[in-house]
Amino acid sequence: MQKILILGANSAIAKATARIWASRDTKLYLVGRSEKKLSALIQDLKTRGNANIFGETLDLTDSTQHDSLIARAKHQLQGIDLAFIAHGVLGDQKTAERSWETSKELLDVNFLSPASLCARLANDFEANKKGHLCVITSVAGDRGRASNYVYGTAKGALSIFLSGLRNRLSAANVPVTDLRLGFVDTPMTESYPKGLLWASPDVVASGIVKAVERKKDIVYLPWFWCWIMMIICSIPEKIFKKLKI
Amino acid sequence: MAVYQKISIHQSWGRYPKAHNQAALRLKNRFDDLPILQKETSFLPRGMGRSYGDSCLNEDAHLLLTRSLDHLMEFDPNTGLLRAEAGVTFEEILDFAVAKGFFLPVTPGTKFVTLGGAIANDVHGKNHHVDGNISHHLLQFELLRSNGERLICSQTSNEDMFYATIGGLGLTGLITWAEIKLRPIQNPFITQEVVKTTGLSDFFALSKDPKKEWTYTVSWLDCLARKEQVGRGLYIRGNHAKAEFTKASIKGPGSKKSVPFDFPSFALSGPTVKAFNLLYYNKQLSRQTAGMTHYDPFFYPLDAIHDWNRIYGKRGFLQWQCVVPFSDGQDAIKEILGSISKSGQGSFLSVLKTFGDIPSLGLMSFPRPGVTLALDFPNTGEKLYRLLDRLDDVTKAAKGSVYVAKDARMSKENFRAFYPRLQDFSRFVDPKFSSSFWRRVTS
Repeated sequence: MQKILILGANSAIAKATARIWASRDTKLYLVGRSEKKLSALIQDLKTRGNANIFGETLDLTDSTQHDSLIARAKHQLQGIDLAFIAHGVLGDQKTAERSWETSKELLDVNFLSPASLCARLANDFEANKKGHLCVITSVAGDRGRASNYVYGTAKGALSIFLSGLRNRLSAANVPVTDLRLGFVDTPMTESYPKGLLWASPDVVASGIVKAVERKKDIVYLPWFWCWIMMIICSIPEKIFKKLKI
Repeated sequence: MAVYQKISIHQSWGRYPKAHNQAALRLKNRFDDLPILQKETSFLPRGMGRSYGDSCLNEDAHLLLTRSLDHLMEFDPNTGLLRAEAGVTFEEILDFAVAKGFFLPVTPGTKFVTLGGAIANDVHGKNHHVDGNISHHLLQFELLRSNGERLICSQTSNEDMFYATIGGLGLTGLITWAEIKLRPIQNPFITQEVVKTTGLSDFFALSKDPKKEWTYTVSWLDCLARKEQVGRGLYIRGNHAKAEFTKASIKGPGSKKSVPFDFPSFALSGPTVKAFNLLYYNKQLSRQTAGMTHYDPFFYPLDAIHDWNRIYGKRGFLQWQCVVPFSDGQDAIKEILGSISKSGQGSFLSVLKTFGDIPSLGLMSFPRPGVTLALDFPNTGEKLYRLLDRLDDVTKAAKGSVYVAKDARMSKENFRAFYPRLQDFSRFVDPKFSSSFWRRVTS
């Protein structure tokens, strides 16, 4: 039985992923901020037939709670085989430009909070030589763009942090999977007009499950973002700085 | 976040009429009250937007998107009772239930509808003659009114609101969750027979099926047939397969195709419709065939092509479905098919079925004993609207009714005639709820 800790379980992508995992031989510990949403999700997964669903509500930006959270999850699950970190906030770039406070909040939620969780989980996994870290980042972190560079900075920093952890933890045989997501049609991206490049949470979720099974290092979801980002990253800065993309 | 758009991204399945200035609010969970907005606006719950006309649109006002209410709440494998949030789709229910040996008690021709939407239109399926509408398998639901009241509605509690909300077009408030009784099945397969019919009387003879040997029956009609051939088509009947058929896998047919762009308007013009109908009718040469099929192609042949509505192009299309009582049924259907044939505006898919005599529960439910005919037409404008007005009049003269879920243009007068309990229903409409359809037929 695989024991999985899901952080930011109320996000649309985490919900879809949790449903796939719950349909297998797993035990889940779900953490989300909204109690109402979390209770509906736990009830849903149990109704679908998995009795081993646990969870708690917590604001994950409060890093002083992280150690005790991990301890509770570990106790309830009797060990953690996989930690999936899915929380994040897109925010509004224009507001962030005007207010450093908003920028700082975005960096908090999207970088400091997941990094703190990763750091603690990594120590635990390394000591036990067992575990798997799996974190949602973004294609926005591959290159800074005027339209969302604050969010992109946080996600890019997180990717670098994960790359360092992966390097360190490979000796302990602990995989670190960086899930670089493209556009996903979720409440987070509600106000965006949708086009051909948009994927549904279900499609992304099955990609996540596969990436975890294959212990991937870095994976772009959906796959075509790998090629899009390769092109975007290869544009010389001299030209790139003038583009509106 | 609610954003008004000049032309809303939320259109109806027929893509006619187009809604302007519509703002959408995504519901966060089933526990919260409805958002508080300025006085002038109104709400309309919206699930998958599979209603064809304007009953799922709310121009110059707000939609409440229910799809995020997609949680299952309780399931009893002994009785088949399922409680689920209203935004759960029939596809999601099937994905969950079939593996556990259960099936939807009643399903329309698409599984891309939500539970809430199915109740609000009191949907029917190919088994109406034996099992009635979806509401005949509905035990209870919660209705959230704009004043914050939460009513548990069933045949014994808040029963007035129960009967008003069934088929109530989302106007009585927001259904947050509902409880239905699923049907036990042995496997996901259907034993099916297809009989080639030579005309309407042939269809009516087959439909009698006095012993009700077939759970599911429906007939596809070649609507371009003329004179004595009027009503020829393929009569399709099926039953859930017995336990011995278990060999094939439980998964449905795999890949889904989709229509990536709008077809130009000539794609479905006279000649192509004619060719399709001719080919479809003649694809079966023998009088009768029998076989085994998965439930997916049997119930949902069109769901295999995502966004199939786009083949009708930007102008969209109109569906029209009537029911006429048995007494005048054959004559009225003949007259309707005759008018269409004469107008030269072929219907791409024409479906004929008999409804059973199980009385509908909702004040505004569409099904009633008789024969029902469903047609769809590319939107060719005034000429088509005039034809449909004529079909409405024939239906009214035969004391029948026309289905609101498919309507984009019926007149106020005809609406009143088709739904005699309208006045009674109006008392239960939530003062903050409305729709483009409702304003069109009542204001």
